Amino acid sequence: MEPTSFVVFLSSVLFVIGALGVLLRRNALMIFMSIELMLNAANLAFVAFAQRWAQLAGQVFVFFVMTVAAAEVAVGLALIVTIFRTKRSTSVDELAQLRG
Amino acid sequence: MTLLIVSPILFPLLGMLINALFGQRMRERVVGWVASFAVIAAFAASVVLFVQLSQSHGEPLRLTLAPWITAGALNVAWGFLVDPLSAVMMLIVTGVGALIHIYSIGYMHGDPRFARYFVYLNLFVAAMLVLVMADNFLVLFVGWELVGLCSYLLIGFWFQDVKNAAAGRKAFVVNRIGDVGFVLGMLLIFATFGTLDFETVFAQVKVRGESLAAVASLITLLLFIGATGKSAQIPLFVWLPDAMAGPTPVSALIHAATMVTAGVYMMSRAHVLFELAPTTQALIALVGAITALVAGSSALRQVDIKKVLAYSTVSQLGFMVAAAGLGAYVAALFHLLTHAFFKALLFLGAGSVIHAMHAAHGDVDPQDMRAMGGLAKRMPFTFLTFVIGGLALAGLPPLAGFFSKDEVLLAAFADNPLVFVLLGITAAFTALYVGRQIVLVFLGEPRSANAAHAHESPAIMTMPLAVLALLTLAGGAINLPGGGWLHHWLEPVLHEAAKPLNVGLALVFTLIALGALALAWVWYRDAQRARLEVESALGRFLLSAWHIDAVYHATVLRAFYTLSTICSQLIDIGLIDAAVNAVGRSARAAADQLRAAQSGFVRNYGLLMFLGVIVLVVYFVVVR
Amino acid sequence: MNVADLETVLPFLLLATGGVALLLVDLAVPQARKSLTGWLAFVVALAAGVSALALVSGKTMKGFAGMVQADAFAYFADVLLCVVAALVILLSLRYHTARGLMRGEFYPLLLLSLSGMSLAVHAADLLVVFLAIELLSIPLYVLSGFARPRLESEEAALKYFLTGAFASGFLVYGVALIYGASGTTALGDLRAALLDNPALTSDALLMAGLALVMVGLLFKIAAVPFHFWAPDVYEGAPTTVTAFMATATKAAAFLALMRVVAGFAALSPSLAQPFEVADALRPMLALIAAITMIVGNVTALAQQNVKRMLAYSSIAHAGYALAGVASGDATAVLFYLAAYAFATLAAFVVLIAVGSTEGNEDHRYEAYAGLGRRAPLLGVIMALAMFSLIGIPPTAGFVGKYFLFRAVVASDLTWLAVIGVLTSALSAAFYLRVLMVLFMREPETAPEAEPAALAADAPRMVAAYVSAAAVLLIGVFPSAVLALLTGGELVALVR
Repeated sequence: MEPTSFVVFLSSVLFVIGALGVLLRRNALMIFMSIELMLNAANLAFVAFAQRWAQLAGQVFVFFVMTVAAAEVAVGLALIVTIFRTKRSTSVDELAQLRG
Repeated sequence: MTLLIVSPILFPLLGMLINALFGQRMRERVVGWVASFAVIAAFAASVVLFVQLSQSHGEPLRLTLAPWITAGALNVAWGFLVDPLSAVMMLIVTGVGALIHIYSIGYMHGDPRFARYFVYLNLFVAAMLVLVMADNFLVLFVGWELVGLCSYLLIGFWFQDVKNAAAGRKAFVVNRIGDVGFVLGMLLIFATFGTLDFETVFAQVKVRGESLAAVASLITLLLFIGATGKSAQIPLFVWLPDAMAGPTPVSALIHAATMVTAGVYMMSRAHVLFELAPTTQALIALVGAITALVAGSSALRQVDIKKVLAYSTVSQLGFMVAAAGLGAYVAALFHLLTHAFFKALLFLGAGSVIHAMHAAHGDVDPQDMRAMGGLAKRMPFTFLTFVIGGLALAGLPPLAGFFSKDEVLLAAFADNPLVFVLLGITAAFTALYVGRQIVLVFLGEPRSANAAHAHESPAIMTMPLAVLALLTLAGGAINLPGGGWLHHWLEPVLHEAAKPLNVGLALVFTLIALGALALAWVWYRDAQRARLEVESALGRFLLSAWHIDAVYHATVLRAFYTLSTICSQLIDIGLIDAAVNAVGRSARAAADQLRAAQSGFVRNYGLLMFLGVIVLVVYFVVVR
Repeated sequence: MNVADLETVLPFLLLATGGVALLLVDLAVPQARKSLTGWLAFVVALAAGVSALALVSGKTMKGFAGMVQADAFAYFADVLLCVVAALVILLSLRYHTARGLMRGEFYPLLLLSLSGMSLAVHAADLLVVFLAIELLSIPLYVLSGFARPRLESEEAALKYFLTGAFASGFLVYGVALIYGASGTTALGDLRAALLDNPALTSDALLMAGLALVMVGLLFKIAAVPFHFWAPDVYEGAPTTVTAFMATATKAAAFLALMRVVAGFAALSPSLAQPFEVADALRPMLALIAAITMIVGNVTALAQQNVKRMLAYSSIAHAGYALAGVASGDATAVLFYLAAYAFATLAAFVVLIAVGSTEGNEDHRYEAYAGLGRRAPLLGVIMALAMFSLIGIPPTAGFVGKYFLFRAVVASDLTWLAVIGVLTSALSAAFYLRVLMVLFMREPETAPEAEPAALAADAPRMVAAYVSAAAVLLIGVFPSAVLALLTGGELVALVR
């Protein structure tokens, strides 16, 4: 394996861990952190591939993704805090009023 | 000019809009007159167009409002056409329509949904005008569907009664069956000619001629299926008698004078195609004649005043369709025209009777003729006009019906003996049931408290009766035998030679009609006979219109039912796998299943999404 | 970068700068007069729409080193998005006052989301697709929860946020994989790379990346099985936001999806179409379209709530439009989306009018009993909307479905068109049920003071007339709309 493949492999492991975290955790905060892990896995992949193609572009992409992630954090945390005020809980399993 | 051509359509639409938006807040009279003036204005516009047309010697006026569908080969525009044929239809629709609007102001008085009624009625007139003014098959179809919608809404107008709503639904479903034929016919026309324009299609027919014979047979057969739905011919006529559930003026306008004649109009419009298909034509003539006989005989034993007229309408439509099948389009249209006058007159007269029976408090069905009698003295004006309409229907000279029916019979006499015999018998039946109805309703002594206390209807209802009675008296004059005015007028469209009057034939049928009327007088002077005859086997057979509804129930519906039972049985014993199982059960059950998947738990959603991701990735990477 | 670059995303620039500026201006607007912010946002949306309309017939241009593309499709979508947003703003004025939601930040957020949509339709690079999708989504998460502290609204926002962020995780990872396989994220370069290097067409990394990118976009259009968020979010969000999401988001995401699909057209030989879709992708797109039509329409049958029914209706219509994507006819898809958007917006006019009355907002079918008789105008508009959604002539929906199914049949997917027609017939059951309730059912309790509240609100009436007129006019004169799409040079979604 060439060196970048290891990094890509690591990133895919992180990505799958993130995805499974989303599926398995109940706490909205933990789900959210798992999603962040997925985004960071993508960042890692971008950096690795930038290495493979010897381009700067791949590394610049990381900054865009980080910015987006920061915006998501701002909004996501606010939403979780709001719902915690109303429900006194952050468990997503208690949120099933809308269904059918 | 542009505006003038579409103005007959725009006026009723405007009336509809006003009443739809402000009808709730306006007084009844205002609503009624807004709607009526909208149609009167449309009539006036039609007259102006008619005059222009006659000054230009039948050179058609065309208007393409806007392109509609321009997609590849299919190029359809919102095109309208005023030629001699559509001009005649426009005058009938707006003229009779205006009278019935005015009449309705009195008839619908006090109905809680008064404004709604006029909205529908205006919409109907506009839609019917779209139908007769269309210059291509697709626009015609738009009108065709819209009049069907109005008919459905108005049959079920008093939907609080389940029976009325069911009648509306039946009309809708039966008409859809016919529409399938029409749509297929239209598609085939497009596939054959590459256009839906009347002018282009008919021009191509003339050029390509006999080479089209085979496909023309199929096209005309499909179009005729459409016509059997709308014009209530066998096997699709069963909806029309039930359609009497609607308000009586609606029966007069939609289910006697205008909409039901759409099939006859369409066949005349497309006569170039039909003439290429002699087989279809023979079939059409036969279907028309059999329908005339079946419905005419069924009218002999009806006890509901409107049902008699309903079966009579089916029967007279049979005359028109038979005439169209014989290639006697002028006769068909002439009979369409006179029938519009005298049948509207009869229906409005019946409405006047029902109105009076209803208003006089009593406990009988206001439409049951067995509870009437003696109304001639109490409602002299209605009686007089009803008799004029009835005698026209029976075909007595010099009323309008005599001339038009005679032309149809003459065409049959010349071309097709079988059709002639069937129609001849029907003509005798016609006079018999007309006589029976007049005797039972108006003569003798009242047979219920309602009838005894009935009063003449208000002037707003009797005035339209008077106008229609005059038209019925004089209407025959527009096409006197031997090539009358209507013949010349339609010449540019139909290119048909006039036939001379056959005095012998006319005399024979006049005598038959008189004999049948006399027989009715003898039989029904004592109303006892009317009461007893529906009990007999023949009476029940005719009352239920040859049991055709029951036959449909026993065959078509039963077959569907059996089929669905077999399907469900098969599924129950697990012969079909789970996937088909889901389809086999009702859509509602499936819906409940799917709703269960929508559990509300976001983690479930995540899991299902993730499964979707896996399927997608596997497909893209491996399967592709 | 030069001035010509700016022109390629002019509507986006107007919306984004307008949105940010409005955020500041709003600080100076007193609480009692927040509708002023609304009117300013209305002006910005209209200005952006007019700028797009002015540019619509121009020729195809690329800008910002090939990251964005300006063509007739993009500008057409811009016009549609801006008109829809402007109408939503008109509808929101009264509704937000009645529901106690008259807070200024609504309008800047709406404009920013709209700018994301505008960017999405111009995107010619996968990274821009990702950024645009995020830019349109993040304000929508907030807007869904705008009715806090109402629990449904908060629940909707959190569900939307969690599932949406999950989906964009896949999207961005997909972009990374595609970049890894091909060394580029520009759709035009990708297409060239696939043509030059046939080995790339069977690269597992590239295909996995494409699958993940598709997931992100299919989520936005609410295609099965990525649709689960939609009913809950549509029901819980404030009705104005639902109206905006159901119409605008869908249009924007579809055009982005079609550009991505066109970028991969060289995967395998394809039928030459206005935009190309690789034969390799068509079976999957068609299958998802079929399932989406079936699930959307069938589930809508069992709904007891009009707002939720419209959510399933939006899923079903995503299925129809996706069938158009599988057929490769972008013009038919965009036309269909416009027809769908105005019909749905017309339906939401009625919902918002109902939601603007006193008392709790109630969209159960029973709450609509007899409404058509108490407020005939609303009844007529709802009837138009339902007819159009079923596809009855002469409404926009009929012509839209006609073009769409014609394209589907022409691309040898007759079975898909058959499913489309059958599910359309099925859909009549639940659409007509609304009309039946509206016109033929008596209300259980006398609604107090409702007609007065239903009647008078000038901005809402304008929105009602515009959407109803659009439904009719598009149906009667479709060629005028088609002229916008096909008037200039032939559009290539990716070049």
